[in-house]
Amino acid sequence: MLPEFDLIRPNTIPDALAILAERGGDAMPIAGGTNVVVDLRSRKHQPRVLVDVARLPGLRGVQRENGHLVIGGGTTISDLLYDPMIAQHAPALREAASVFANPLIRNRATVGGNLADASPAADTAPPLLALDAEVELASLDGIRRVPLVDFLVGVRKTLRRPDELLIAVRFPVPPDGSDSHFHKVGLRKADAISVLSAAVAVTCDAAGRCTAVRIALGALAPRPLRATAAETLLVGEKLTPVAIARAAHLAGEAVRPINDIRGSADYRRQVTEVIVRRLLDKLLSPEASV
Amino acid sequence: MKPELVTLHINGRTHTLALAPNVTLLHALRDLGYVDVKCGCEQGDCGACAVMLDGVAVNSCLVLAGQADGCQIVTAAGLGSVKQPHPLHEAFADSGAIQCGYCTPGFIIAAKALLDHNPHPTEPEIREAISGNLCRCTGYGQIVEAIQIAAERLASDEGRTTNDESGIRHSSLVVRPTGGAQ
Repeated sequence: MLPEFDLIRPNTIPDALAILAERGGDAMPIAGGTNVVVDLRSRKHQPRVLVDVARLPGLRGVQRENGHLVIGGGTTISDLLYDPMIAQHAPALREAASVFANPLIRNRATVGGNLADASPAADTAPPLLALDAEVELASLDGIRRVPLVDFLVGVRKTLRRPDELLIAVRFPVPPDGSDSHFHKVGLRKADAISVLSAAVAVTCDAAGRCTAVRIALGALAPRPLRATAAETLLVGEKLTPVAIARAAHLAGEAVRPINDIRGSADYRRQVTEVIVRRLLDKLLSPEASV
Repeated sequence: MKPELVTLHINGRTHTLALAPNVTLLHALRDLGYVDVKCGCEQGDCGACAVMLDGVAVNSCLVLAGQADGCQIVTAAGLGSVKQPHPLHEAFADSGAIQCGYCTPGFIIAAKALLDHNPHPTEPEIREAISGNLCRCTGYGQIVEAIQIAAERLASDEGRTTNDESGIRHSSLVVRPTGGAQ
């Protein structure tokens, strides 16, 4: 049995924002419910009001806009999997969508919900961090953009104010010579919570030197994080086996994992280095498996 | 928390009922007598409660009934009838894909969702498609076989899909892998 609450179903985004402004901390947005309903049942959340944003017009879908891909907050993980622009420009995000929970969950879970829930193990966070994404937070005051890296503050903590709705996540369309990949280590093939996850996104010039490198890691700290030292080391370099090995080692040193039921901190640290190395290798030889 | 009117179109029949906001679609369906929808883990792990919601397979335990207001819902039983079973129903029976049967309606829905957009799935694709459904009688081998058989029968006898109700193939919400940009 779920606790008691009221369910408000606004018809437009402005209506939803007005309700959030009025009810503030008493209200919680619900889209696919794949986290919210579970957390209600366990009494982790006890909002007085749920605001249903699952069918709000204008909240779902992927669009190209001024050199950016803009993913509506209500876009489902399945939508990502089948979107041709995501497949072309954000392979890391598509790869994350393909191993996200299970097909039934993917049909309901949304990108906005996955980010706003702010689990350290959220599978869309590392690829979106690697793609240098920003989130768009809407309120009656207007829309503000916050870099995802700042938005995710800690375990289940974000910069979203109670009167705000995460309406979109956006990132620059990677230039020619870019590629990205994601890998998740789980305890089973499907429906696993990540023991750790990693995403890499790299842009290389015609000579094969990296002009931009982003490496993002999930479930390895209180919030998904960037391995900045490893990134800096690779900028201006070619992706040689030596450079990759050094960068992967630095990525392993950047993490602050915990011991939990899914794995020990030592295991996570060691595997981080291996996974980052393999992901960077894969950029050179697309056929390789991680 | 006062009850609100919710209209659900289930297996071609329309129900309008007053429901408390904290009733999930799963319990609304079961209370209406659609008990082929099973209550398993209520956490989205087991898939026993799967239904088609506007053409998309979902866990009904994670949907609030109010969120499904006005939606088309098809349960495993709604895919056919005793007189005219769906090829998936027949294939599950023929293959012995059912042991205790509790997980079966959810597997049928997951399989239906797969075959709707991938009529000729490979075995890995079938296993992926049913990865949100648990069978604790360990009958996965026969379930995979049943879905393969149903796919073959559907391909060789398209007319047998006419039992499908409620516009499963025509949802505006679902994004098909063959579709273009939204």
